[in-house]
Amino acid sequence: MLIDSVEADGTASVSMAGVTHRVNVSLVADPKPGEYVIIHAGFAIEKLNVEEAEARLGLFSELAEIKRGAERT
Amino acid sequence: MKYIDGFRDPAAASAFRAKLEEHGKELSDAGRSVCILEVCGSHTMAIARFGIRSLLPDCVDLVSGPGCPVCVTPPGYIDAAIELAGRGVIIATFGDMLNVPGSDSSLAEARADGARIEVCYSPLRAVELALENPDSEVVFLAIGFETTIAPVISIVKQAAASYAANVSLLTAFKLVPPALDALLTDPDLAIDAFLCPAHVSAIIGSNAYEPVVKEYGKTCIVAGFEPLDIMMGIDRIVELAAAGKVACENQYSRVVTPEGNPIALQLMNDLLEPEDAYWRGVGVIPASGLKLKHAYAPYDAQVKFGISVEPGKEHPGCLCGSVIKGSHKPDQCSFFGKACTPDAPVGPCMVSAEGTCAAYYKYLRTT
Repeated sequence: MLIDSVEADGTASVSMAGVTHRVNVSLVADPKPGEYVIIHAGFAIEKLNVEEAEARLGLFSELAEIKRGAERT
Repeated sequence: MKYIDGFRDPAAASAFRAKLEEHGKELSDAGRSVCILEVCGSHTMAIARFGIRSLLPDCVDLVSGPGCPVCVTPPGYIDAAIELAGRGVIIATFGDMLNVPGSDSSLAEARADGARIEVCYSPLRAVELALENPDSEVVFLAIGFETTIAPVISIVKQAAASYAANVSLLTAFKLVPPALDALLTDPDLAIDAFLCPAHVSAIIGSNAYEPVVKEYGKTCIVAGFEPLDIMMGIDRIVELAAAGKVACENQYSRVVTPEGNPIALQLMNDLLEPEDAYWRGVGVIPASGLKLKHAYAPYDAQVKFGISVEPGKEHPGCLCGSVIKGSHKPDQCSFFGKACTPDAPVGPCMVSAEGTCAAYYKYLRTT
């Protein structure tokens, strides 16, 4: 989920697809608005590494493109 | 939704299926097969939901493991919670514990009989309940694997900070790596590789599986919960098996680091110490549980109320124990889908949203 705002009490407002939740962020280091976090039982348990996510998505779309290309020919 | 939809692209899945077929052919041409145990209940559910089993070559057997915290919790734990509720204690719990059968009854039945059982989304709700009910005791049912442990023991920190002395934990925490050791030394099982959990690994780090690779020569691949993550993880296992290699690899690097989450691990280390733990279906596994250190005894419900958790009585004929360790599949149980359904479960694997029987019932039932 995307962090929208971080409060002084160790909680943050996070959202996904327009749905907002308040979660505890005491288990992740230095959470900031604009970062993505994995939520479990009302806690952020880890941040999403956007670079790694983008690299993997790039690989998947490359594979998908090769597959679509092979189906067209 | 980019970080979800992108991991479910059907064209990429089709590409992985082709790769899997190719690697599967190499493996079967070499006269071999591979038995993969998916450790985590969330993987079990995703594999069933996305129909991944049907995409696998014949030489790949995928069995479900013990990674559902509710399923491995013994009926005696439910009995202890019901006993506490009977003493007027407010029981705070994650919702999936409600319908789990104890030796004679469930928490849902206890609630229907007037016990106060409160379902919480966040464990910290237990501290709020304690503050709202200063004349009552609140006990949180502290079960779970590494993913859940740090959020749950945050109750202790929060209770201390808010001077709530009337809240405690009934702990039955479980650790994944010792369970893998136990499964590998079980003579009923012949596991070649593990598809390792996503979010447990976010806490413990992918290096935690190195000993399995070094000591037992079994492949461990950490994979995310999305269908392409799972297919990529399985494909990598088959590719390694075909090449006659073993490895410990992290394919969920967008979340999992080699060392894990240092803040969560520090909190666990500060408050908890290892103990031998009883796993339903498997028995006692040395040092596979965590309990509160002596310094935190005021928050330990077993100390506070002088109760102990026994294994309890399992329903005769229920195969949950064998399903949990992967030696039987749900439809091999004579109760499955007949006497045992999600509405009237006989065993815990049919109750939990992460239970193997529940996954088979919801997505793979043929009768």
